[in-house]
Amino acid sequence: MGELAELLTYYNVIFLLKGMGTTFALSALGCILGGLFGTALAVARLTTGPLTLPLRALALVFTEFFRRVPFLVTLMLCFFIFQFSGLDVSTFTVGCVTVVLIGTAFLAEIVRAGLQSVHPNQWHAAETMNFTLLQTIRYVVLPQAWTVILPPAFGFFILFIKDSALASQIGVIELTYVGKVFNNRGFSAGVSFGVILVAYFMLSYPLSRLGAKLEKKLGSSRTR
Amino acid sequence: MAHLELDNISAAYGKLRVLDGIDISVGSGETVGLIGPSGSGKSTILRVLTGLLKPDAGVVRVGGAPINFDKPAEIRRLRDRAAIVFQQYNLFQNLTVLENVMIAPTKVRGRKPKEVRPEAEHLLAKVGLADKMDSYPDQLSGGQQQRVAIARGLCLKPEILLLDEVTAALDPELVSEVLDTIRGLAEDGMTMLIVSHEMGFIREISARVAFMADGKVVELGAPAQIFDAPEKERTRDFVGKILRH
Repeated sequence: MGELAELLTYYNVIFLLKGMGTTFALSALGCILGGLFGTALAVARLTTGPLTLPLRALALVFTEFFRRVPFLVTLMLCFFIFQFSGLDVSTFTVGCVTVVLIGTAFLAEIVRAGLQSVHPNQWHAAETMNFTLLQTIRYVVLPQAWTVILPPAFGFFILFIKDSALASQIGVIELTYVGKVFNNRGFSAGVSFGVILVAYFMLSYPLSRLGAKLEKKLGSSRTR
Repeated sequence: MAHLELDNISAAYGKLRVLDGIDISVGSGETVGLIGPSGSGKSTILRVLTGLLKPDAGVVRVGGAPINFDKPAEIRRLRDRAAIVFQQYNLFQNLTVLENVMIAPTKVRGRKPKEVRPEAEHLLAKVGLADKMDSYPDQLSGGQQQRVAIARGLCLKPEILLLDEVTAALDPELVSEVLDTIRGLAEDGMTMLIVSHEMGFIREISARVAFMADGKVVELGAPAQIFDAPEKERTRDFVGKILRH
């Protein structure tokens, strides 16, 4: 307990909160932008006709590629691409781009699977009444797909918070990086990373509760 | 003049030819019944008429104007004029009965909800479901769901109503309530093309009946001709088998 009290000085707590903020920002960006872009890719994959074929192909290649490449490899890839391009960007920006790429690919697949889980007769009925693809998704399919989309999406969000730790590899000062700094400053690994563990829990627990709440609220609309 | 006309329509699913030179016309206010064995192409005709399947030959005319199936705008125009009621009802499970009926006129056609609502309520009352407006589809019986589907189609004010085996998925005791609703529509002068296995009903309600087999119209004529004195051997076989059961 004595060591913990020693660690929790004003400056260390500020440092810890800064790391928490970075982890939160990375995760939130990956989830929110990834969710938006992922939904756009999922919709692109559901289009038909020759005109949108390039869009479908692009969405498919993007999704399949970034879902198969490990987070760390994508991170390094982005890091070196930015370095070669000569653009002067912070490591945080590199981390942001990486999480958005990964989030988009995974969430695109989760949303696509959810949309396609809705029975084809619902799509046909909407089509014969002249709903556009976006109207069909918004008014008919998405409300019925939440039960299928939400559990894996929130599972992914929580995994994502933990995966963002890899950004520490390129020097982004997020939670895991903060733990390493505490440890390097002479605090024991148990206390340093114990504090980090609690911080991760504080970030992910409310998210899992939110997921459960949304599942109950939105998910019930399928059969009410 | 025929309100709806299929002129030498052919269509295929991949390499499988399902419609082969179909000629059928439906006059304004007329009810035409389509009968025939499973796989004869009856429902496929309705898929063509709702733009779900593009014909590879022939012409569909509505009100004398041909529909170009290569142009999405023309398919939309066709769908504006012809509403379909499916065998499996296909009601939107996330919406109440009233919302199911109102959604297309308001969200697709852009009409004001306060203008559509009385019409939707009137139609639901007409099909005997005034007390079920706030229910969800899964709270209704099959017959009730099918009547909602008919009200949903009618709320689009179609010129032609296409009915695709609307009683085939229903328990026998629920069939009559749906048939009564359709009978009422025929009396009101609705133009209808009906695919059904309910031979007694088709005979009673149709001005003309087309017997189909293998993607072709084998025989088209008055119900008395098709059911009592068919000219073609194939029709005789089919009607004979049906009447024996």
